[in-house]
Amino acid sequence: MYIVTRRYGFAASHRLHVPSLGEEENRVLYGKCNNPFGHGHNYLVDVSARGPADPRTGRAVDVAVLDDLVRREVVGPFDYSNLNTQVEAFREVVPTSENLAVEICRRLKANWSAAFPGEWPKLHKIRIAETDRNIFEIKADEIE
Amino acid sequence: MVITRKVEFSASHVCRNPQLSDEENRELYGPAANPHGHGHNYIVEVSVRGEPHATTGMILDLKELKAILEREIVLPYDHRFLNHEVPPFDSIVPTTENIARDIWRRLEPGLSGAHGKLHAVRVYETSDLYVDYFGEEPCTS
Repeated sequence: MYIVTRRYGFAASHRLHVPSLGEEENRVLYGKCNNPFGHGHNYLVDVSARGPADPRTGRAVDVAVLDDLVRREVVGPFDYSNLNTQVEAFREVVPTSENLAVEICRRLKANWSAAFPGEWPKLHKIRIAETDRNIFEIKADEIE
Repeated sequence: MVITRKVEFSASHVCRNPQLSDEENRELYGPAANPHGHGHNYIVEVSVRGEPHATTGMILDLKELKAILEREIVLPYDHRFLNHEVPPFDSIVPTTENIARDIWRRLEPGLSGAHGKLHAVRVYETSDLYVDYFGEEPCTS
């Protein structure tokens, strides 16, 4: 079995703030990430897919197909955007990197079978590096 | 417990299946199908699983692992044109997947004993693309 991992990046701004909590509570909870004007990161997203190698091509994943999917569903809509105001999913949900991982995973799962109609490859894992030191991983089978 | 050691080699290759037409190869492999070939600085991470030896405190002597990786990977692969000089890539396409499997097959006989068993081979073709291979077991889910 192979796991093929491809790295993508996007630059976006966000603000961690939960409207149902008070101003002071948000400041305590999120610290400088609660700055009302927002702030940004160069996010790195590693997308992993698993499966056997196709005997015809010697490849487990057609990387060009994966690139098209991830660029259309994730990099295109997220790059140079304000996640809170420009990505529908984060109008109500706070754009922590945990929630970002869930949203990226959800987008890729929703469009996976159209891009890869066969039994393989399957989406395996999403890994987000918000900075060099803050890394978030989610397995595709952890969400619906 | 798992220990991992890294080696690098630089090699050229072309991704082209001789049973397919030029057009089909271009469509399948994109620029990697260029018949003149192109190259990468490959990085290989080899992971070995085992329990530390009661006396030495080591799973496997890393000097010994280094020597194995030099002999089985760097020596045959480094500064070579894989398709022309490194079997089995005279008959199979040197995709990153097939390179990972070939490296697994080269390493496994020397890393199957009580003192460290081959666990995973990771091959980076570029910093943005890598393949993990865990051996021949079939994909079930």
